[in-house]
Amino acid sequence: MFSKYDVIVVGAGHAGCEAAAAAANMRSSVLLITMNMQTIAQMSCNPAMGGIAKGQIVREIDAMGGYSGIVSDKSMIQFRMLNLSKGPAMWSPRSQNDRMLFATTWRDMLEATPNVDFYQDMVRSIIIKNGKAAGVITGLGHEIESKTVVVTSGTFLNGIIHIGEKQLGGGRISEKAATGITEQLVSLGFESDRLKTGTPPRVDGRSLDYSKMEEQKGDEEVTGFSYLETEKPKASQQRSCFITYTTPEVHEILKTGFDRSPMFQGRIEGRGPRYCPSIEDKINRFADKDRHQLFVEPEGWNTVEIYVNGFSTSLPEDVQVKALRTVAGFENCKIFRPGYAIEYDYFPPTQLQSSLETKLIKNLFFAGQINGTTGYEEAACQGLMAGINAHLSVRNEEPLVLKRSEAYIGVLIDDLINKGTDEPYRMFTSRAEFRTLLRQDNADLRLTEMSYRLGLASQERMDKVIQKKEEVNKIKNILNKTTIEPEEINNYFSEIQSSPLTEKQKATKVVLRPNVSLISLINNIYNLKIALQSFSKESIEQAEIQIKYERYIEKELDIVQKMKQLEELTIPDTFNYDGVSALSAEALQKFKKIKPRTLGQASRISGVNPSDVQILMVYMGR
Amino acid sequence: MLGKLSDWNETIVALATPPGIGAIGVIRISGKNTFNIIDELFPSKNLHNQLSHTLHVGLLKYNNEVLDEVVLSLFKNPKSYTGEDVIEISTHGSPFIQEKIINTIISKGARLAKAGEFTQRAFLNGKLDLTQAEAVADLIASNTEASRNTAIKNMRGKFSNQLKELRDELIKFSALIELELDFSQEDVTFADRKQLDNLINVLIKNVNNLMQSFALGNVIKNGVQVAIIGKPNAGKSTLLNALLNEERAIVSEIAGTTRDTIEEVLNIDGVLFRLIDTAGIREHTTDIIESIGVERSINKMNNADVVVYLFDINTITENELIAIEQNFIKQNIQYLLVANKIDEQINVASAKLNTIKNSINISAKSNLHIEELKKELIVATIHGDLKTEDTVVTNARHYEALQKLSVSLQDVWNALQQNVSGDLLALDIRQCLHYLGLITGEITNEDQLGFIFSKFCIGK
Repeated sequence: MFSKYDVIVVGAGHAGCEAAAAAANMRSSVLLITMNMQTIAQMSCNPAMGGIAKGQIVREIDAMGGYSGIVSDKSMIQFRMLNLSKGPAMWSPRSQNDRMLFATTWRDMLEATPNVDFYQDMVRSIIIKNGKAAGVITGLGHEIESKTVVVTSGTFLNGIIHIGEKQLGGGRISEKAATGITEQLVSLGFESDRLKTGTPPRVDGRSLDYSKMEEQKGDEEVTGFSYLETEKPKASQQRSCFITYTTPEVHEILKTGFDRSPMFQGRIEGRGPRYCPSIEDKINRFADKDRHQLFVEPEGWNTVEIYVNGFSTSLPEDVQVKALRTVAGFENCKIFRPGYAIEYDYFPPTQLQSSLETKLIKNLFFAGQINGTTGYEEAACQGLMAGINAHLSVRNEEPLVLKRSEAYIGVLIDDLINKGTDEPYRMFTSRAEFRTLLRQDNADLRLTEMSYRLGLASQERMDKVIQKKEEVNKIKNILNKTTIEPEEINNYFSEIQSSPLTEKQKATKVVLRPNVSLISLINNIYNLKIALQSFSKESIEQAEIQIKYERYIEKELDIVQKMKQLEELTIPDTFNYDGVSALSAEALQKFKKIKPRTLGQASRISGVNPSDVQILMVYMGR
Repeated sequence: MLGKLSDWNETIVALATPPGIGAIGVIRISGKNTFNIIDELFPSKNLHNQLSHTLHVGLLKYNNEVLDEVVLSLFKNPKSYTGEDVIEISTHGSPFIQEKIINTIISKGARLAKAGEFTQRAFLNGKLDLTQAEAVADLIASNTEASRNTAIKNMRGKFSNQLKELRDELIKFSALIELELDFSQEDVTFADRKQLDNLINVLIKNVNNLMQSFALGNVIKNGVQVAIIGKPNAGKSTLLNALLNEERAIVSEIAGTTRDTIEEVLNIDGVLFRLIDTAGIREHTTDIIESIGVERSINKMNNADVVVYLFDINTITENELIAIEQNFIKQNIQYLLVANKIDEQINVASAKLNTIKNSINISAKSNLHIEELKKELIVATIHGDLKTEDTVVTNARHYEALQKLSVSLQDVWNALQQNVSGDLLALDIRQCLHYLGLITGEITNEDQLGFIFSKFCIGK
């Protein structure tokens, strides 16, 4: 009934879809298996993509030829570039999306991708031959052969949903949980554990009084995520979000449900994320705060359904409704679906190689929440990398491993496999030591060529990158050659309270002034306007960033170089850590488990301190 | 710097006490073959059967020749300094005997230990952590009680505690910056710049205090360089002898007898002073040998922690003295004015004493007021009570890291004043975290996030 595939992807969420698309676009034959064809690429939680650090990841996925950026652009109902008041490394694109349009756009794009087959069934176990993954066995009993398997199980493995005192088996509300894979993998020697996450109630927008809330509009310019041209809404078409707040009264009502709370009564064993606490957790841990912010987010263009961001809860439904109706603007609120908490199995990611292939079973790859992460973006980028590396493994080629200095994706995977995680892992810019290098504006310059050479990023993407590079160089040259006379610009400088020029200065120098933008120079200086009029806005911005932040960028590049030395000291596979009695017990255990490839990697393992690394260095004869 | 893995299988031996003639000397031997080797040389008992941490008196013999009567201290692994089998041999303090014993042990298969190798083994066998190992090295090198006290204090973690506080402050500071960046969309109160200003000032002050203690640490560890200078025949060599209570320098009545500098070590209240007697500084000298000596004197003076300017109170003029003092002040040299020969012409001297208020009046020859001079030396160099519980940095590696930390903190401060955006500020802060991490262990973003999540309500 089935032919043999190169890659079988188990699960069709953000990770699974990216994995299938990447492997197929590299010309592997792919089977995408999902428990429900109607729920491909669901946004299980908030209807939004991007945000701080996450927006950078979406740009990276797009630069490499993944689909998340395009899908987000096509389905967005609002766009904002966050952190514009800060340096360019912090600029972070974020969109509100039409939940249903997002899913159908993904499905359309996958259907339009050659080499992707679909099948609806649950995967019960992995076929393993000679220590290698060789296919899957489905709930209906089909054995489907493949050269590699990518598991992206999300919250479905033994998922349990909690609402108040009710407990339901399920991977998402109203959807069945998946069973079998955890038990099989544990019997093979894998370690598994439980994590928890939660989601807020959805309500009827017609029952809300927006006049009591603050409006939050989209940006006046919708730049989007993709480096390619995409259809995006016009600025004026965007839907607004609204902000309201809880009150001490709301908190009191919520507290009446604590005796029935699965969190506080110990029915939930999995650990939840510290940065995405439920509302009951917030009022419990930060008792001195008398209000918490709620974001009222529309779920799409045509639906009245509203997502109450900030009100994630697993309290009983009656308490949820009663508390919500005490919030300003929610007095008459009607609930569509209650909030809930969900617990699920994950496999501590220290069991993975940097390719996302498991250490125990060859040709078996994990991506997304199964690795202990949270967030669509984190899942999608792992799916992309697992898809690429499954394909490369089929071709017997070296895996693609992104460095910490190359991409947030590299930071994420390096953190996961070396540090592991005991709470759902989310990306923050502070996790990246090379934040100034890993900007949203240069993901294409960093990654597209690498992906193009592997046969993933398209010719169109590559051409655009070449063109951007050329334009940026030309602009920088022009700025280097153009001198600005004091009388050309001093009027403007006095307007913006910048100290006047006393003598003529190169444009490159003038751009270095912190409050002077290149665009403002172009608008005020005729020569520049003429010289730069043929260049794209994107290239002009890129040139400006490169000039303005050169000093900082170079500082980071300097550290990259220094780090490289440790990265180049490889530890032999056969190294006997037991012979090194000076190592701390924790370091010894971690080294044996993780088997770092380099001293650099060894130094980043959690629980390993510098003296442990120094000892290794001594023993390696350095 | 350290040897290859194979070296660690070898048994090492070395004299553990300072070389030279003494009452006893201790030879230490460590490694797998320790007990085999010494057992062969110690016929009266079978050492393999003895308990760890026991003492054994007996004759050390080789080829029926008695080497010495010794006391053996046995330490079986892992309960020894190095974590290996160790025997310490207390011998009679003759260099000849000691050398013979060591050579015998080497002929039995041990090898001479490299400098610091016992401590390295202790470190590699998990007996000491890095800071402790460094403190041990300091302890070994320490010559005085003050130095030993500091080394022991560092070994027990006084310095670590101070650093931990510094680390917590820096994590707090950096977390407040990161909060603005990663969580700018959250409904939390961000630190205002004034609060950040205050925090960074506290950090800078603490680091600078620690750094300043390095000078003191150096003094404690390496001693205070004291240059005694003055005109020929001012009595410099006599003063040196008076301070040391013995005849070291050649004393003569002919001006210019001391042709070279002489260095002597003096212990005053547990602080080590290195006294340098110098050739007299004269404006013109025709003697070539002496002029080389004078040049060295001037160099020594510039390197000294404190200069003792010695003059003959009977021949000095007031203008001369003022000129000399101004010269010291101009060159930023710490100095003591010492008037010598006050017992020779009391009347003239006492007349001058009124004008030279800040001089110490002595007679080197008659040993008059020498103790007072010693006290003044302590005051001039230590600036306060040495027995204070202040943390003192004595380790050059720590000092270097603190120095770099201080420079990068200054960068952060400057950036704060220029109102640089947070992400760029964070870049400078990361440098700070890195340098402090060189001493305290890496400071990760998890430390920052931990602070943020414990103090602020994050999450929609």
